[in-house]
Amino acid sequence: MSPAFAPGALQDLERACPSGARPGTEVDTIDGVAPSFLAYPKDTREVARVLKTASSYNLPVVVRGAGTKQDWGTPPERVGLVVDLSQMTGVVEHVSDDLVVRARAGTPLASLAATLAGVRQRLPVDEVVAGSTIGGVVATGISGPLRYGHGAVRDLLLGLTVVRADGTVARAGSKVVKNVAGYDLPKLFAGSYGTLGVMTELTFKLRPLPDQRLFVSASYPSPAEMAPHLAELLRSQAVPAAIEIDRAEPDAAVQVCALVEGRPRPAEVRADLLSRVMRDATVSLEAPPWWGSLPGPVTFKLTGAISAVPSLIGQARNCCAAAGLPARLWGSAGTGVLYLGLPSGTDPEQLASILDQLRTAASEAQGHATVLRAPAKSKATLDIWGPVPGLDLMRRVKQRFDPGRLLSPGRFVGGI
Amino acid sequence: MSPSSPVAAAVKALGSVLRSGALLTDPVELATYECDGLTNFRARPAVAVLATTAEEVAATVQTCARFGTPFVARGSGTGLSGGSVPRSDGVLLVTAKMRSVLSVRPEDQRAIVEPGVTNLAVSRAGAPHGLFYAPDPSSQQVCSVGGNVAENSGGAHCLKYGFTTNHVTGLEVVTPEGETVELGGMAPDTPGYDLVGAFVGSEGTLGVATKVTLRLLPMPEAVQTMLAAFADVDSAGRAVSAIVAAGLVPAAIEMMDALAISAVEAAVRCEYPAGAGAVLIVELDGPRAEVEEGIAEVRRVCEEEGAFEIRFAADNTERAAIWRGRKAAFAAMGRLSPSYIVQDGVVPRSSLGDVLHEIGALSEEAGIRVANVFHAGDGNLHPLVLFDDQVLGEEERAEELSEAILGLCIARGGSVTGEHGVGLHKLAAMEKMFSPEDLETMLLLRSAFDPEGICNPGKAVPTPRLCGEPPRPCQGSHPLQEAGVAEIF
Repeated sequence: MSPAFAPGALQDLERACPSGARPGTEVDTIDGVAPSFLAYPKDTREVARVLKTASSYNLPVVVRGAGTKQDWGTPPERVGLVVDLSQMTGVVEHVSDDLVVRARAGTPLASLAATLAGVRQRLPVDEVVAGSTIGGVVATGISGPLRYGHGAVRDLLLGLTVVRADGTVARAGSKVVKNVAGYDLPKLFAGSYGTLGVMTELTFKLRPLPDQRLFVSASYPSPAEMAPHLAELLRSQAVPAAIEIDRAEPDAAVQVCALVEGRPRPAEVRADLLSRVMRDATVSLEAPPWWGSLPGPVTFKLTGAISAVPSLIGQARNCCAAAGLPARLWGSAGTGVLYLGLPSGTDPEQLASILDQLRTAASEAQGHATVLRAPAKSKATLDIWGPVPGLDLMRRVKQRFDPGRLLSPGRFVGGI
Repeated sequence: MSPSSPVAAAVKALGSVLRSGALLTDPVELATYECDGLTNFRARPAVAVLATTAEEVAATVQTCARFGTPFVARGSGTGLSGGSVPRSDGVLLVTAKMRSVLSVRPEDQRAIVEPGVTNLAVSRAGAPHGLFYAPDPSSQQVCSVGGNVAENSGGAHCLKYGFTTNHVTGLEVVTPEGETVELGGMAPDTPGYDLVGAFVGSEGTLGVATKVTLRLLPMPEAVQTMLAAFADVDSAGRAVSAIVAAGLVPAAIEMMDALAISAVEAAVRCEYPAGAGAVLIVELDGPRAEVEEGIAEVRRVCEEEGAFEIRFAADNTERAAIWRGRKAAFAAMGRLSPSYIVQDGVVPRSSLGDVLHEIGALSEEAGIRVANVFHAGDGNLHPLVLFDDQVLGEEERAEELSEAILGLCIARGGSVTGEHGVGLHKLAAMEKMFSPEDLETMLLLRSAFDPEGICNPGKAVPTPRLCGEPPRPCQGSHPLQEAGVAEIF
């Protein structure tokens, strides 16, 4: 335990959180940073008491759900307390006629999906990282293939309950699908990496589970040969729910797969239309093995205008091939979000050089290149987020929500 | 405006930084800008700036910031909550003249427009490329994209397509301190907080959008519109639930009750089925095969729930005929009543039937008629509370009834506004829907953008009345309050 924190903190945390609090150990490190304490609150009220206690001891707080994405972003500067939400699980409210669900932040995405499937509904958010909780998915803003047809997780989030750094509990948004009362704080919290507050309950809009899912796949020798087919896919009247690409290695063929969801007979008609657009395509009930799986273990994220996707694929290939690195590229060609996976042992300087080149390419494509995850020692030498437009406003938002800089300090853009 | 008033110095300074002709000071001309679509809130601005470029917007805001002068941005002025009502001690910044579609990039499914461009003009710009802009508020022929961004506008088809916030990917914004910043862009997931998401729907309190990047979608292959007549609102309400339960996602599900139908019959003779206690308009769009099967399913469900007549639109003319009654509904109320209040509240879809009964009971108790027109698919009610302003006290009773309906929405866990916004009109309702802590949290965002509290002050989120609360965005009393026109919290 770090001596920097006042004695008595653990006792007070235990009092604030009867459901469980303990000193931190080496196995609890957050991206290489060891926490002094952990707390396991079971409800919003305990989270509020824990945060109030933490702020009275000036303990920096990092939130953890299933702990599957703790190595994303910049490592926190200090971790006084890990607030572990793994006990805060389950659906709070689900009226199936309303197609809305409210659930606790620690609920695994997969278990929510199983519950909803019982009434033939779903939250159309992909489990890109196995084991993810809904809170973790919202906090990192990660989305997968279904984003093309259903929007990102921020588009599906209707409301939330959040505990601020000082323990104040606030709700924002609502549990109805249409609501413009007050600021859309759920959007602000989605993708904020735990730096503005601790989300404890989340309300999402749902969609009916489709009767049929058909995966239409084709393969192209190069991004240039893929480009016209991709453009036509985007124009198609078949309305795919997802348009994904995968390239297993820098010079491998580019795999493209479009997903059609709907009623059985119309879905077949639509899949048929897509397979003609894609040329020499196969239609399958099964997703290709690479579907929805994030490459890694070192992962860079690349975004750009949709029409720039083929050129981004080409440029990612060039810088990896030049470095002689096996690199897998995967992503949502329909929305302009790609992920590049590199081997764990890649030399930090080499990583920095690739990131530089990708950043130039992404910038030409009117997008961004960021580091999603990398070994802690490499992160120290990498510019994780790159240029951030509007950073000054972001700092001010952070300053208002967390003036003591106690929530995941240093984890986010510009050292926020 | 007296020459010694605080705003006079700002007006003088504006005269030196703006081109001549940009500044409107003639009281008669200014009268045009006294109110938005909710005409009972009025104030004449000290000055109006008719900006034609982002630079002029920035210069105006910088000047306001320098003098601490409050300013209010306004697009076409079609808002329904008093969100763009000016301040008599401030500047009205009109963006309606900034109406260039800057670029349409079909290959990227984006359009970049200035804030004064009308909603419909975006779809028109996309049309030659087979693309359209999904949000379609009823005022789409005149309302501006800048206003849509401020209000997070929806429309009849937002059931399937979502709201403005789901279709804005980038913004150029002049902050309340006069700085121009780019937020978001062509690509998704710009690093950092989602300030585009925070800005959309902020009712002009976080700055002025000067450039908006919008997502365009491929036009659907097929559209099928159906009108179903029911004996009463209960059976129509059950049909709505059954459509949802069947796993269908129509583009729109609209409902009108008997009183609303009688008004539109009188006004536009839409010839809805005689004797209907409620009609549903259901529209499906998408791939032809999907729409054909879907509409057959909708028909089956409606018949099971007791629809006594069902019509399909065979072509665009018939489609327009079905929509004509719905689109004319608000204006048609004049046929039934000298005056009316349009309410805008949301309830969970599943409680629609119950809430309609409760509205009926309130209406009977008060002796005031209520016509119901609403976006049934997403539970967004637009009760039209009818009254005669010549009858002493009736307007007050109508307002009480309208407030009571919002109370029903709050009690069901719904919202006090689904699409019209808070503006000046719903500040009190916000305090009923949200706790002081919820509101204080919203104000944290506001004060981050607008520490001096000069950007559309006194709107959207009520300001705490207690001492020792976080920074107050609203300074001094609102001119409407001074004039005795409105009560501001």
